[in-house]
Amino acid sequence: MRKWSSLLVALMLAILPLAACRQRTEKAGKQTVSRLDTVKQRGKLICGVSGELPGFSFVSSDGKFAGLDVDVCRAVAAAVFDNPNAVEFRKLNAKERFTALQSGEIDLLSRNTSWTLSRGTSVGLEFAPVVFYDGQGIMVRKDSGIKSLEQLKDKSICTQIGTTNEQNLSDQMRQRNIPYKLVVFEDINIAYATYVEGRCQGVTSDRSQLLSRRSTLPKPEEHLILDTVISKEPLAPAVAKGDAKWHDVVQWSVYSLIGAEELGITSQNVSEMASNPNPEIKRFLGTEGELGTGMGLTNDFAVRIVKHVGNYGEVYDRNLGSKTSFNLPRGLNNQWSKGGLLYSPPFR
Amino acid sequence: MNINPNSKLKNNFWRDVRFWRIAMQIGVLGLLAIAILILWDNLDYNLEQRGIELGFDFLRSQASFEIGEKPIPYTPADSYLLALLLGLLNSLRVMVAGIILTTIVGVSMGIARLSDNWLVRNLSLIYVETFRNTPLLVQLLFWYLAIFLGAAKTAGKIQLFGFISLTGNGLEIFGIVLSPEFGALLIGLTCYTGAFIAEIVRAGIQSVPRGQWEAARSLGLKPSLAMRLVIFPQALRVIIPPLTSQYLNLAKNSSLASAIGYPDVYFVASTTFNQTGRVVEVMLLLIGTYLTISLSIAGGMNLLNRYVQIKER
Ligand SMILES: N[C@@H](CCC(=O)N[C@@H](CS)C(=O)NCC(=O)O)C(=O)O
Repeated sequence: MRKWSSLLVALMLAILPLAACRQRTEKAGKQTVSRLDTVKQRGKLICGVSGELPGFSFVSSDGKFAGLDVDVCRAVAAAVFDNPNAVEFRKLNAKERFTALQSGEIDLLSRNTSWTLSRGTSVGLEFAPVVFYDGQGIMVRKDSGIKSLEQLKDKSICTQIGTTNEQNLSDQMRQRNIPYKLVVFEDINIAYATYVEGRCQGVTSDRSQLLSRRSTLPKPEEHLILDTVISKEPLAPAVAKGDAKWHDVVQWSVYSLIGAEELGITSQNVSEMASNPNPEIKRFLGTEGELGTGMGLTNDFAVRIVKHVGNYGEVYDRNLGSKTSFNLPRGLNNQWSKGGLLYSPPFR
Repeated sequence: MNINPNSKLKNNFWRDVRFWRIAMQIGVLGLLAIAILILWDNLDYNLEQRGIELGFDFLRSQASFEIGEKPIPYTPADSYLLALLLGLLNSLRVMVAGIILTTIVGVSMGIARLSDNWLVRNLSLIYVETFRNTPLLVQLLFWYLAIFLGAAKTAGKIQLFGFISLTGNGLEIFGIVLSPEFGALLIGLTCYTGAFIAEIVRAGIQSVPRGQWEAARSLGLKPSLAMRLVIFPQALRVIIPPLTSQYLNLAKNSSLASAIGYPDVYFVASTTFNQTGRVVEVMLLLIGTYLTISLSIAGGMNLLNRYVQIKER
C-alpha cells in the first residue's frame, strides 16, 4: 500500500512538467519562431562542420577552425551580428549531420554536403546555393598500377558511412558489372588509416576531399587520384526545411560572397566602394534601398560579410587556391563570366 | 428487521483496505498510460512541427547501397528491408560465435586464476586486468589496425597452430576465410567479455565451501577431477546469473562494429536513416531488434539456470 501510493505520487510529479512542456511548445508553435530570432537571441550561430578536412573545415595549429565551409558560417555570423566570430562550431560526422539539423541542435549545416533530391525533400533539408562544385573520385596507391575502375575488380574500396559516395560507387560498379568489396567506416580517420594499412586498394570520396586528405597522409606522393569522376557533388550549406526567413538569410549571405566578387568588391576596397556611383554597388552595400531590413537584417549586411570574411574569390584563395598547398584551380568554381558556375541573382 | 451493527461501516467501502489496494494500482496504471500518451503526443506534435511523418513504407524502397559481407544474396537494387535483414544476420553471426568463444576463454581464464602454478595464475591475472580496464572501442581498433592489418602487412602471413592463418585479407580457419573486420570484432568482443567472465567464474568457484574440496580429496579425486565433478557444477549456480549479463553485454557491444567497418544491423540502420531521414522509425526498429535478441538470450539462460539449480530429491 505504501509502495503504491509513493509510486502514484512519483508518477504525478513526473507528468506535471510533461504536460507543462506541451503547452509551451504549443504556444511557440503558433507564433512559428524563426531560427533567425533564436540565433539573434542566443547571440551566436551554431554551425555544424566536419572539422576533419583541411581546406574545408579544420582546426588549424592556433586552435581556430578554418576552411571554406567554416568561412560560410562566419559569413552568416557577420551578416547577423557584424562579428564573424560569433559562431560555435559543432563537429559532426557524415552520419549525424542531418539528424543534428532536423532536431534543431545546429542552426546551419556547412559540411561538404552534396545537394540531392531526397535530401532536399524527404530528409528535410533546405539547401542554400552551392559553394563548391565537386565530383566523386577514387584514390589508389601509385605502385598498384591501377588506372581505371575496371582494374578495381575484386578489390576492396574504403569509404565513410552516410555519404553519397557510398551510393554512387554502388551505382557505378553495378552499371559496369564490376564485383568489388565495399568497406564502410563511421569515422573518416579510420577509413584512411585502413587504406594506408593496405586493407583497401582504393578509397573513394569527393575529389576535393581526396586531395585534402592526401595532404595529411604519411607519404602523399605515393598516392594517385584517378582521372575518372563518377558523380556530381554540388556541396552546399543547408538549413532545416520550413523556415523561409532563416533560409533567406543563409542564401543571401552566400550570394553576397559570390556577388561581391562579381562586382569587384573585396575586403580591402569595401570601404572605398561606399562612394562608388554605380547603383548596383550602392544597393549591394546597402547605401541605397531597403534590401537588408526586408529579411530581418541590417541594410549593410553584405558589407559586414565582405569586410570580415572577404568575397568568394578571397575565401577560395585563402583556403584552397594558389596561397595554399592544394593550389586547386577554380574550374567550375569560378564566376559564370569566367567559365564557371557561380552566378548570383541581382541584388535588387 | 435484522440490523447488523457493522453495516454502516461496511458500506463505507473507502474504509476498506482492499478497495484502496486495487484503487491505487488502477491509479498508477492510469497515470502511466497518461504519461505515455503525453510523451507520444509530444513526439507526434514535434514531428509534425518539423514536417516529419511517421511510417514504415520506406522499408520497401530501393536501398541503393552496397554491403561488404553478404551471408544471403543482396544487391543495391534490393529493398531497405532486405538490407536490414542482412545486417541482422551479420550481427547474429558475430554474437553467436562470440558467446561460444568468450565462454571458452572466460572459463579457462577463470580457472587459471586459481591455478597452483605461479606463471599461469599471474598470466591470467594480467589478461583479466588489461582487458577489463581498457575501453572496448580502443581494443577493437587495436585488434583491427595493429594486429589484423598492421602485423599481417609486415609479417605477410602469421601462422597459428597450423590451422589458423592471418593475412591482410583476413583470418583463415580450416580453409574458411573470415574478413579482417569480422575477425577483429569477434576477437575483440571475445577477449573483452572473457575477462569479465573469468572474474565471475573465479568468484563462483571460490564461493563453493572449502569443505567440498576436502571431501572430494578424501574420496581420492585428483584436483582436476574434483574441479570437474564436484566444484564446478556447484559453482555454476552462482556463475550463471551474472554470466547472462555478460552475454547480453557482448550482444549489445557488437553494435560497435561500424567503427571497424563491419556491416552489422546498426551499421545498415545508420545508413538507412541517413539516406531516408527516418530516424525515429529506424531507431524504433533497432530497439525492438536488440530487445528481442536480449530477451531471447536471457530466456535461454534462465532455462539453463533452472536446470543447474539444486534439485530436491
Ligand atoms: N559530399 C558527400 C560526402 C561528404 C562527406 O561526408 N565526406 C566524408 C569523406 S568521404 C567527410 O567529409 N568526412 C569527414 C568527417 O567525417 O568529419 C555527401 O554529402 O554525402
